[in-house]
Amino acid sequence: MKRIYSVWVENRSGVLSKVAGLFSRRSYNIDSLTVGETQDKTVSNMTIVSTGTKHTLEQIEKQLNKKLDVIKVRTFSEENAICREVILLKIKYASQERRELMEICEFLKADIVDATATHMIITLCDTPDRIEKLLSMLRKFNIAEISRTGTLAMPKCSEGE
Amino acid sequence: MNGAELIVKALEAENTEYVFGYPGVSICPFFDSLSRSKIKGILMRNEQNAGHAANGYARVSGKPGVVAVSSGPGATNLITAIATAFADSIPIICITGQVPCEQIGSDMFQEADIIGACESFVKYSYSVRAAKDIPRIMKEAFYIASTGRKGPVLIDMPIDIQNAFGGDFTKIDKVMLRTYKPTVKGHAVQIKKVLKVLSEAKRPILCVGGGVISSGAQNEVTAFAEKYNLPVVSTMMGIGVMPSEHPLYIGMVGNNGKKYANRAMNESDVLIMVGARVADRAVSQPDLITKDKILVHIDVDPAEIGKNAGPSIPIVGDAKAIFEELNRAELSCDFKEWLDRLVYYSKTRDEKTESTAKYVDPNAFIKELSLALDEDAVYVADVGQNQIYSCGNYVVKSGHFLTSGGMGTMGYSLPAAIGASLAAPGRQIICTVGDGAIQMVLGELSVASLLNCNIKIIIMDNRCLGMIREYQHTHYENRYNMVDLMNLPDYSLIAKAYGIPFMRISANNEITESVKKILSRKGMLIAQTDIDADAFTAN
Repeated sequence: MKRIYSVWVENRSGVLSKVAGLFSRRSYNIDSLTVGETQDKTVSNMTIVSTGTKHTLEQIEKQLNKKLDVIKVRTFSEENAICREVILLKIKYASQERRELMEICEFLKADIVDATATHMIITLCDTPDRIEKLLSMLRKFNIAEISRTGTLAMPKCSEGE
Repeated sequence: MNGAELIVKALEAENTEYVFGYPGVSICPFFDSLSRSKIKGILMRNEQNAGHAANGYARVSGKPGVVAVSSGPGATNLITAIATAFADSIPIICITGQVPCEQIGSDMFQEADIIGACESFVKYSYSVRAAKDIPRIMKEAFYIASTGRKGPVLIDMPIDIQNAFGGDFTKIDKVMLRTYKPTVKGHAVQIKKVLKVLSEAKRPILCVGGGVISSGAQNEVTAFAEKYNLPVVSTMMGIGVMPSEHPLYIGMVGNNGKKYANRAMNESDVLIMVGARVADRAVSQPDLITKDKILVHIDVDPAEIGKNAGPSIPIVGDAKAIFEELNRAELSCDFKEWLDRLVYYSKTRDEKTESTAKYVDPNAFIKELSLALDEDAVYVADVGQNQIYSCGNYVVKSGHFLTSGGMGTMGYSLPAAIGASLAAPGRQIICTVGDGAIQMVLGELSVASLLNCNIKIIIMDNRCLGMIREYQHTHYENRYNMVDLMNLPDYSLIAKAYGIPFMRISANNEITESVKKILSRKGMLIAQTDIDADAFTAN
């Protein structure tokens, strides 16, 4: 099972290692982890995606709540949240491949943000499954470098919020 | 005031009596400032033992114990004591010196990342970066250590912060932590559910753990059990919740517990676990426990509930508050019949401990010794066979039973007994320890002797590491290796060297006389008790 945890933590040094350390010490998976400031400068938001059994996923939430630097833990599945991820791909290409690359980018609404006669950088900000889609379509090309952010997530707006 | 003075002022504000510790350059400003306070510094002989002494002090006094050591090796030596306190949820405040802030991360002389090293077994840790923060941090540290699920809090104090000006000390009355609000009161709906389940139960049982003692809920829990003739078993950490001779008390459960206590728990239809982790040593297959019974799990730590066994009814909160609430209800149930059956089991199926004519029978000796103890005696068991003999035979009255239950740290007993004796001056303190563990902590005899503690050290001498030898007997076809303690010292000379009276008990017919002798003496005593190396704990 996959689960997204949106964790508000104290914006202090050492907190990231405490939270990451919790996952390694208790053998929980981290599929991805992103950290950034929130509207409140004293609070950081960590978005952690993890997979595991139902029992493990419940334990993760409890153990996160137990950490004294954790202010609030929200957990949700992908369908109840707006999820985004950013990917940067550098591709080494031959001139006859350029057209197909441009078609793929157009099809998936990815951007070519930098290019030389031999290399280009493609970027996409989209849902994790569409990022995967782009990746799978580009696999047959000569990928020189990949960098991706991991999932950012926020629960969907609800009536009466 | 400088930072060091602020720490001492904060300790005084918490009514700290003792700081157990070991100095080094990086903690010198603090100890210098401590010398001008009423708080006594107790110089132990090793940092780990200073931590255990704070642990023993905390468990008997009910207040957090305080330990202060230096940076680098001083701090790393303390790690085992921190982990030991964490595993048993004991509140201790650990102050470590550190290299100056500017130098942190430069691998300076005696620098160690103690915060990083201890992260997974402290309740919380602080790296202090401004002297003016000290009053707040100290207040928070005591609050965090002694509330909710108690535990060790580490405060890493760079030497320049101890020397820096931090303003006047202002007493802080209220702790403001937005991330920490432990649940005290149990949820009313859940409490109703428990009462309903209990009123429909045929064979309910209460299993009490260390959390009951930590919460100070012994009276409330006992009153609840008495109301309905509810049988009670305990985990190792729960020994002392109820007197052993109490008509409702069946015994200790677990792989080292009484068979009839385990049987009682297995046959129950409603199991109420209080302040216990449902961990491997107490319950053999925690995940299967709910198959044939309703499990009510009461714990102050929500993360403990459902960790090892899925409860049918979880209640998060403080045991004392929850049992006060449970005691308000009046149910018309009585489990006398079921209780009588369990008492019958325990009377008729008491394991025949193989009494050995060779040397001293440890089971008989501990039973006789503990029966002769004062009501409020403190009994500290080390780790190994002596711990198992103690758990199985120690007759608890209203005193304390201390041991390293979660971590099983050898060498815990003597330093913990020193801490306990400072928390309870005048009370009888018994320290049982194997001949392996005593040699890990011999230096502390000096401290115990100096303080003229009232500790009776019972060295269970079987000339080997008995618990592991027993394990090699049962699991490795008697291929004994690394367990023979060859070239053991003459304990009478060790005692003499530290100025401690000594006696030796070599045979069963000496037990009665020896117990009298041990308890008639005030102050320190070492009693070497010869035990058969083949007197195994399991049968």
